[in-house]
Amino acid sequence: MEIAVDERGYYGEFGGAFIPEMLYPNVEELKRRYLSIMEEPDFQRRFRQLLRDYVGRPSPLYLAERLSNHYGATIYLKREDLNHTGAHKINNTIGQILLAQKLGKTRIIAETGAGQHGVATATVCALMGLQCIVYMGAVDIQRQAPNVARMRMLGAEVRPATSGSQTLKDATNEAIRDWINHPEETHYIIGSVVGPHPYPDMVARFQSVISEEMKWQLLEHTGNSDPDLVIACVGGGSNAAGAFYHYLNTPAVRLVAVEAAGKGIHSGHSAATSVLGTKGVIHGSRTLLMQTDDGQIIEPYSISAGLDYPGIGPMHAHLIKTGRAEAVSITDEEALNAAFSLTRTEGIIPALETAHALAALDKLSFKKTDIMVVCLSGRGDKDLAAYIEYLDSHGL
Amino acid sequence: MDFNHNRIRQLFDRKKENILNIYFTAGFPRLDDTGDIITALGDAGVDLVEIGMPYSDPLADGPTIQQSGQVALRNGMTLPLLFEQIAAVRAKTDLPLILMGYFNQVMQYGETAFFEKCAEIGIDGLIIPDLPLVEYKSSYRDTIESLGLGFSFLITPQTSTERIRMVDELSRGFIYMVSNAAITGAKADITRLQIDYFDRIKGMRLSNPRLIGFGISSFKTFSTACEYANGAIIGSAFIKALESSNGQLSDTVAGFVAGIKNEHGEQQTQSVEPLKN
Ligand SMILES: Cc1ncc(COP(=O)(O)O)c(C=O)c1O
Repeated sequence: MEIAVDERGYYGEFGGAFIPEMLYPNVEELKRRYLSIMEEPDFQRRFRQLLRDYVGRPSPLYLAERLSNHYGATIYLKREDLNHTGAHKINNTIGQILLAQKLGKTRIIAETGAGQHGVATATVCALMGLQCIVYMGAVDIQRQAPNVARMRMLGAEVRPATSGSQTLKDATNEAIRDWINHPEETHYIIGSVVGPHPYPDMVARFQSVISEEMKWQLLEHTGNSDPDLVIACVGGGSNAAGAFYHYLNTPAVRLVAVEAAGKGIHSGHSAATSVLGTKGVIHGSRTLLMQTDDGQIIEPYSISAGLDYPGIGPMHAHLIKTGRAEAVSITDEEALNAAFSLTRTEGIIPALETAHALAALDKLSFKKTDIMVVCLSGRGDKDLAAYIEYLDSHGL
Repeated sequence: MDFNHNRIRQLFDRKKENILNIYFTAGFPRLDDTGDIITALGDAGVDLVEIGMPYSDPLADGPTIQQSGQVALRNGMTLPLLFEQIAAVRAKTDLPLILMGYFNQVMQYGETAFFEKCAEIGIDGLIIPDLPLVEYKSSYRDTIESLGLGFSFLITPQTSTERIRMVDELSRGFIYMVSNAAITGAKADITRLQIDYFDRIKGMRLSNPRLIGFGISSFKTFSTACEYANGAIIGSAFIKALESSNGQLSDTVAGFVAGIKNEHGEQQTQSVEPLKN
């Protein structure tokens, strides 16, 4: 099965670039230039160097022994939480800021849900001395306050998105509108494998460093570069795309995409797109999305701001529809339990998004001999308010 | 169906300048206003009417149109209902009617079913800003053209000459010239830079007529646009007028249109006589 994006920007029937004409010149320029820029030796050298010296890569692949004992299989954690700024998001923002400079852009915009992508964007803008504006849903500004403070300290302007459910989808709408209004000097750093072609492919390539490292790290640890399962949470799907990337064409490696079921898949308060979604267009790509019979996008819900999105990246829609990836849905409660379980068996406080991936361990069937890698996409500092509330309400 | 019978085509055959196209969001301010607004626009002497299908996530629209869409959806507007309303008003008017919306709505209805329904109820043209030229050409052009429907693509100050030629080849009815690099929403004035762009496009001698839209809001901006194109499209400014209409739809519409068409027609007066078509 061919999984790479085709030249029209499609993964099977998903993808494309459904954008208004106002965005065409920008998206077309990106499409024409992203691969050649990314292949330039100078670009590669700077990208690799920043990933190593600034981000702190390679991120460790950690054998979680107590967690492994608990589940009766071998579990490795890919420690993206140890990256500078605390999540995988910075792999992509380092790549895109270098690209934006090559394109001669001077003004950077981004959307953010959990605030991790916003922080990662504000960080690279500070590093390069570029103006930075981050759109964030008003609800997310409330629930991810520590990240809002970090962005402001980094010199970014955080603009609230007040339409719709005031979350990630709406922040993305506002960022796209900003780009329409400022087409010439602005680069839009999208934070996940969503949006019009070439964004999904470009972001996946920047994040592919995750599985690139996993391969040699696993080889060192186990003598085999291929695990039996790779598990990652999916909001838009960038950490999953990065963790899956170099295993896409190795069918023996099971790929598990974990979505947020909110208060229950069919509760009306969910973001389980692979179950509830149908084919449609969101943010410029044809993919699976949650919508009414009349084609209105449904407001999603999850306790996790980073997974609270009514679509998934077109690559994941393709992987799931073709059966290459398995989808698992995890409720708020299950994610919270998993966050505490990891914290108390391994001493690692994960992000709420990541906690969904960890909770999938309770749902999957696997063999005792299986080797699994969970992408530990981010750390939980930003989520302490939600965790403390859980502590108090559960008498922990 | 032959495009020569299309009402947009016939309009442009008959009239080459000062064409006024008014946009409104269906279901706003009230669910059942669609027919009355169209009739009032016809009575006021508007040439073309663009009916917006309200959408949850209208990426190319500014706050005014976004909010009108939210109200319309809350009022209960749906595509099947809108099609009924349009079919009913079509029995009473010969105004060219254009449907504007986002591609997801079309996809969810079923693309072919949507286009056939439009033709059946007497829609004359479509504007789907997020349907790209390549997708249109490879997947939808044949169906749309065989149904006799028009289709208008957008161009902007950033659109290349080569691409404008392609837009001219694929559009039927008119080309929608976006006045500025921006989302929809009323702006005060037309700048020198915009004039240069209008002039440049005018000089290209395109085969389709051109209407200028985005930021046209007044007698002054409308007249300027008409100097450089066959006419103009007004959306947000009209929606703002409807917002404060207090149920006096036909007076509001007549007053608004009079204010656009002549310098001294006061937009706010309730007593302006409707201009007959
Ligand atoms: C730690 C963490 N993991 C996962 C995600 C979800 O994004 P994606 O699906 O693109 O990896 C986010 C998004 O904010 C995040 O902060």
